[in-house]
Amino acid sequence: MRDHIQFLLNGEAVTERHLDPTMTVLQYLRERRMQTGTKEGCAEGDCGACTVVLSELVDGKVRSRSVNACILFMGTLDGKEIRTVESLGTPDAPHEIQQLVAEKHVSQCGFCTPGIVMSLTALQASGTQKTKENIGEALAGNLCRCTGYGPIIDAAMAMTTDTNTNDTSAELSALRHDETVELSANVYGIEKRLYDPKTLDQLTRLITEHPIATLLAGGTDIGLWVTKHHKTLNKIIYLGNVEALNTIIEDDDVLNIGAGIKYADAINQLGALYPHMNTVMRRIGAAQVRNLGTIGGNIANGSPIGDMPPLLIAADAKLVLHSKEDERTIPLQDYFIDYGQQDLRTGEFVKSIIIPKPRTSQNYYAYKISKRFESDISAVCMAMSFDLVNGICSNVRIAYGGMAATPKRAEAAEIILEGHNWSEENVRKAMAVLTSDFTPIDDMRASKNYRMQVAQNLILKAWLEQQSDAPLHVLGADI
Amino acid sequence: MSVHKSVQHDSALKQACGAARYLDDIPEPKALLHMYIAMSTHAHADIKSMDLSAVENARGVQCVLCAKDIPGHNDISPFGGDDPLFAENLVEYVGQSLFAVAATTRELAIRAAMLAKIEYTPLPAVTTIEQARNAKLTIEDAKTITKGDATTAIQSANYRTQGSFVMGGQDHFYLEGMIAMALPLEDGDVHVYSSTQNPTEIQHLVAHVLGKTQKDVTVETRRMGGGFGGKETQPAIMAAACAIAATKTGKAVKCRLDRDDDMKMTGKRHDFIYGYDCGFDDTGRISGLDIILESRCGRSKDLSGPINDRAMFHADNSYDLPAAKITSHRYKTHTASNTAFRGFGGPQGMIGIERIIEDIAHQLDKDPLNIRLGNAYGDDKDNITPYGQIVKDAVVKEILQELAESSDYRARRSAIREYNKTSKFLKKGISITPVKFGISFTKTFLNQAGALVHVYADGSVHLNHGGTEMGQGLFIKVAQVVAEEFKIPLTQIKISATRTDKVPNTSATAASSGSDLNGMAALNAARKIKLRLIDHAAQKFKCAENDINFKDGMISGNGQSISFENLARSAYESRIQLSATGFYKTPKIRYNPVTLMGSPFYYFAYGASVSEVIIDTLTGENKTVRVDILHDCGKSLNPAIDKGQIEGGFIQGMGWLTTEELVYDDAGHLRTHAPSTYKIPTIGDRPKTMNIEIWDKGRNREETIYRSKAVGEPPFMLANSVYCALADAVSASSGYKFRANLNAPCTPEEILRAVTSLTNV
Repeated sequence: MRDHIQFLLNGEAVTERHLDPTMTVLQYLRERRMQTGTKEGCAEGDCGACTVVLSELVDGKVRSRSVNACILFMGTLDGKEIRTVESLGTPDAPHEIQQLVAEKHVSQCGFCTPGIVMSLTALQASGTQKTKENIGEALAGNLCRCTGYGPIIDAAMAMTTDTNTNDTSAELSALRHDETVELSANVYGIEKRLYDPKTLDQLTRLITEHPIATLLAGGTDIGLWVTKHHKTLNKIIYLGNVEALNTIIEDDDVLNIGAGIKYADAINQLGALYPHMNTVMRRIGAAQVRNLGTIGGNIANGSPIGDMPPLLIAADAKLVLHSKEDERTIPLQDYFIDYGQQDLRTGEFVKSIIIPKPRTSQNYYAYKISKRFESDISAVCMAMSFDLVNGICSNVRIAYGGMAATPKRAEAAEIILEGHNWSEENVRKAMAVLTSDFTPIDDMRASKNYRMQVAQNLILKAWLEQQSDAPLHVLGADI
Repeated sequence: MSVHKSVQHDSALKQACGAARYLDDIPEPKALLHMYIAMSTHAHADIKSMDLSAVENARGVQCVLCAKDIPGHNDISPFGGDDPLFAENLVEYVGQSLFAVAATTRELAIRAAMLAKIEYTPLPAVTTIEQARNAKLTIEDAKTITKGDATTAIQSANYRTQGSFVMGGQDHFYLEGMIAMALPLEDGDVHVYSSTQNPTEIQHLVAHVLGKTQKDVTVETRRMGGGFGGKETQPAIMAAACAIAATKTGKAVKCRLDRDDDMKMTGKRHDFIYGYDCGFDDTGRISGLDIILESRCGRSKDLSGPINDRAMFHADNSYDLPAAKITSHRYKTHTASNTAFRGFGGPQGMIGIERIIEDIAHQLDKDPLNIRLGNAYGDDKDNITPYGQIVKDAVVKEILQELAESSDYRARRSAIREYNKTSKFLKKGISITPVKFGISFTKTFLNQAGALVHVYADGSVHLNHGGTEMGQGLFIKVAQVVAEEFKIPLTQIKISATRTDKVPNTSATAASSGSDLNGMAALNAARKIKLRLIDHAAQKFKCAENDINFKDGMISGNGQSISFENLARSAYESRIQLSATGFYKTPKIRYNPVTLMGSPFYYFAYGASVSEVIIDTLTGENKTVRVDILHDCGKSLNPAIDKGQIEGGFIQGMGWLTTEELVYDDAGHLRTHAPSTYKIPTIGDRPKTMNIEIWDKGRNREETIYRSKAVGEPPFMLANSVYCALADAVSASSGYKFRANLNAPCTPEEILRAVTSLTNV
């Protein structure tokens, strides 16, 4: 095993050993490197002030994406590159984006500005077409309290598309990408260790040896255990570099998505199959979160308010659970037993998610309800799938997040529709019985009454959209 | 000309390159200690015992402070005498500071604080306005402003509308959280870096807790990563605690709050319950208005008095009220002490009358714009506000009419009504609302400012004044004023950090007054030096002082000319003083703070906006799709900077009224204390179309700095049209049969509740 990580920091190769593996990249930059251009606004991946660009080699090419340095652990950087605002230019010799940001009055207090510059850098590097929509998507995770965002959009529209001046593929290739890394450090008298296996075998062996280790994928949740709950994670197994977990296999019938696949990697393929899934997935977190967070993680942590579980349960997804002894496949909904309790045995981990492709007779609707459209956690997330043949519903699957202690199907409502007419009358009946399916709670996101009312109305919304074949949404309205 | 030009923010490039230094970016002093402030977990309780021995013995800990360790006074209130730095025997909100730990790292300080053993005896907690009303718990007596006999006017009116609604508070969510760093100096003095809008106040309070005088404390602020009023009084906790620890340990001490702690510990915008009873005639002209403003002030006075006064002063907004009674109740609750926030009570006072106008229009089935125009201050009115100030520049009608025209308001309103006839589940709404905002601190003595200008022998200029930079562009505006006075390029001027040892006795950079006050003070200082330079040049050129002309960096007269640099050198060699202090105090303002009658404001800033929204009546989701704004900046000092204030203020106001919801549980815990749960607008919330214009006829009738007008706060209230447009859309869901009974913030849940309540009528 290798006892050190190697990565590029603003183009320079860095080797670190005996480094606290859960030290955040933000802390490392500001406290170890004295590179204070990257700011802390929230330390939970929700404001984007700490945005840096994370690059890695994918099929021999450099892929650069915006990420939140505040919840990214140093132990996950092996073989990758971090670029910060300091890498671009200086006030005397600014980069094009920095020049535009100044000229277009993008900065007022300026505290969010470096993060915005880096999100724009990632957008520029992606070569994505510059439309207001794409700019919005790239910047939804960068909160600005001063400007109202207009100047930011102006600057983004004015920047040139990728000139690819920052091709570090040679430098990235030169880093070592082999061997399990074991990064360890004694932090305040506690031994902390992170394993970074590269193959499924190595991973399986490590999990068997260290069954209590924390499995870390994107870290968009686990990062907060450290930055907010001040938890000491003394043994971590990082999944991000295990190739077998980071592939999508497509055949005629299904997509088999590795548990380490990030939202950003799956969104296009899943979205092409289920357009409504596309819409909701683009509202999960913001770009920086979707660039780190994994679909497997969203499922594995068992949260009742994750959006992927209801989206995938409605699509009849299966979960592949792997251990040294065994590999088993279960329906996704069976994974969620109760709050904080999942069907996961010791030594077992989520390997992949199998998602059937839609049938021609299949209808699929999904909705996310939150206080704010972008970068918000759902009050209610609902997905509904059914086959419609001669006006009769079958294979009805209605799944909700935010309505119970786990992501859960609306069985009573499903029964109303299953084998029956797809009619407004039956839709309203299904809405009515939802009260027997769920007893939602009050919290800071919504009251129980609102949750129930909106959960019911979303079935009606699916009906209305199916009838008119047009989106019924304030964001989609023709104005 | 340097003024009236769209010059970019002085720090823009540095900010874009990550080279602008915020407090936490300053290279750290040797052996710096990091402080964590531990907070109460109870809303109201006696502290039975507080055992900090484990904290003191924890790894890395070098200093633990609680109330008994304060060398001076345990009070950091602006004037109420009721804000202890550390709780003594009683806690009065969840998040109140109990003790502080300074350790070698921030993480060790946090971990040490977790080891404290604190026992509480819980007491009944009053956390809402309703509870405080029932318990008769206030921070000060209620106040009333009366004009004429409102009760009789309302009772004898042909039409009447009554109602009440709630508007929530708002967290400032400056991107840079609270932070301070104190350096111990000799004689037990301290140098405090603080992210504050009010260095003088911090200086005063640090001296107060140290038991020293102001001369012993220097406070320095280069820039803040946003303030919005949140850094007017609240930074005192961090600054004072660091200062004590620094003097005790002899080491520099820094305290940077985590976002969650910041949101739990510090005050916010006051939430209000607004009750009204209004009489009017068949044209919609208001004859009498009775308003009751009830606000949640939190645990102490802080600035709640003047904030609620300002709410009362803005209850008329732009409308002439023949008779009015405005009552203000200031309730004490066991929550963080609410504080200054952009608008300073103005938004809460102002939005109610817009709702009343919408009610009137609904009752009479008229376009609310007609009701607005019919009631607006103008030539046809007596133009006396309820508090007795004469509105001398009533331009609001003109602005409303111009904007209605340019935004095509009337045609769009008709089109929306057509759309709503056929769209069953999506409904649109539109509204046009005006803003009239009074400029000046209502605490009259605060309307003063100082500046310090040095011209060096090489002709470069050092500029300092009492205002602070929080992103609003104050520093560049004041630099423009000085550049204009000397006719030199801006690059020749060094803008420097605000420091209490350079300019003393300054007021907070607040009340939108930054440029008005500091611009004038800097002009005063620069002019003193300029007069000396003119005198010197006249002697040199052998001409009259009147013949000396400054232009493009050159000074000429009598057919000769010299560069500013060479004139400075020559003046220096002739032993002429090239440094001056400047001072300014706002003229014409006087009022009685007890009766609240008089002229508290030097002038008014105006604006208007049209918002168009769409709501989903199945989910309550809503979106502001188009906004048109016409705003009066007088003769703008810097149109680009002002436009930034207008747009940013509007979006922040829109956030207050839509997505930003502060949720407390029954025990008084704030449940929305991070951006994961507290939702300020994102880029996608910005309306697709935003047409923002600075009113080209704007010119301040008063002699303000280059006839400009203050612009920091007024645009915030332009967002009132979003609330009214949403109410219009909600009403549309009943086919306009019923008026909307809408509270703010208009979250999807609130919209759906309001829609449902109309369906169930």
